[in-house]
Amino acid sequence: MSDTIQRGVSLYSFQHETFQGLMSLEDCIRTCAEMGANGIEIVGEQTFWGWPEVGVPEEKIAEWHALMTQYGTHPVSHDFMLDYKRYKDRPMPFDEQVASIRKDIDFGARLGMPYLRALVSIAPEVLVAAAPYAEEKGIKLLLEVHAPLHFDHPWIIRHAEAYEASGSAALGFLPDMGMFVHRFPQVWKERFMRNGVPRHIADYIEQAYEDRVLSEYVILNVREMGGEGPALAMAETLRHNAAFEPKRMLDHMSRIHNIHGKFYQMTEDLVEPSIPYDEVIAVLKQGGYTGHVCSEYEGNRWVEDAETVNSVEQVRRQQEMLKRLIGEPAPAAALAA
Amino acid sequence: MFDQLMLCDEGFENVVENGETVGFALTARLPYYRGLGLSMIEDVAVTVDGEAIPREAIRVTLRGRTWALADMESEYGDRWNFGEKARVTALKPGGLAPGRHRVEIAERLRISYLPFVPTTRCTKELELAA
Repeated sequence: MSDTIQRGVSLYSFQHETFQGLMSLEDCIRTCAEMGANGIEIVGEQTFWGWPEVGVPEEKIAEWHALMTQYGTHPVSHDFMLDYKRYKDRPMPFDEQVASIRKDIDFGARLGMPYLRALVSIAPEVLVAAAPYAEEKGIKLLLEVHAPLHFDHPWIIRHAEAYEASGSAALGFLPDMGMFVHRFPQVWKERFMRNGVPRHIADYIEQAYEDRVLSEYVILNVREMGGEGPALAMAETLRHNAAFEPKRMLDHMSRIHNIHGKFYQMTEDLVEPSIPYDEVIAVLKQGGYTGHVCSEYEGNRWVEDAETVNSVEQVRRQQEMLKRLIGEPAPAAALAA
Repeated sequence: MFDQLMLCDEGFENVVENGETVGFALTARLPYYRGLGLSMIEDVAVTVDGEAIPREAIRVTLRGRTWALADMESEYGDRWNFGEKARVTALKPGGLAPGRHRVEIAERLRISYLPFVPTTRCTKELELAA
């Protein structure tokens, strides 16, 4: 067990490069290791072709473990999807959902994962039913608490209550720091303006976000300003994002085992202007958190139309920021220099 | 995301079977950060030079297996992987004339956690391979 917050990366961060075959799995792992971000999180079916419908051959699993050993990294989380809309004409039955999670638990166990990420829309009863099998395999199932949901939302409270009632330690949370967007991200604003939003409307929406105005009022006002198409789409981002408070995690620390270090933009001076990471890390320290914060870069989709995406540089900057906020001692070589 | 990476430059060509040009093919990817089981791919719509190809005339080929769109909707044993290039064939007797064409692809995906069913489009000028 670590006595401090640990750093990791979700390979989701490198999706722009891996999608195009510009980075291999080994490139990703080596890149993380070079940043001292030794915890590795994956979206299983992004990293491993074939999962879940076709399966993954044993040599791919062996390659994964060999890379962990070679680069001194370790598995943190397999993010599973559970496609309960697999059938067009009917929802997936309860038992089949549980069976699907058991299959992902087996996959996570093959990869040596201590945690599995469950999407926030999965019903609490399904996770509770899958928990005994997770316990058996030494794995915890973590619900990703993700905007627009948050720790005070009734859906999340239902989950928390169900986990307590189950008595299982294999159920927990994985908060996504995108819940704490305190300023409208500049990369979003710029993209919406390239999509045709007039500057005065974009400025209004940004200010309204700053003023914490209810999304529905902002949407109405934009409509009355003559906004349409992209302007309404920009206003509607306020329905899905809000400046919730990091300290709301404190009530749940005993069940929080992994963190998505979501970010949209890291500036050259190592700041994420829209998410208050200084406050986030302070809260995690206060709560005694010793798990990983895994970088989750999601700026690529906001800039890919205008510039060459450089996910590695973005993640490197966030890792530098995290290192400073966590207060990691400088490496001995640097001290000697 | 990846909307400008859906259509690939390679593999845009007429399809000839038994000496007869039966249609044309292109290479496409999913605009998504993971792959998707085929039953959740609701539509792959192709428009070329403003002419929409009928849904029944589309075929999708992955790793040597080919599906019509209607059959894909009940295919639970295979998937279109993350970043994987599929060969999308449009059955159109005579195919396309040589030269450049304006090609649009629109993919509709049923994604469990989204409260809507997104359609993502990509339009590109492509040169028909000789």
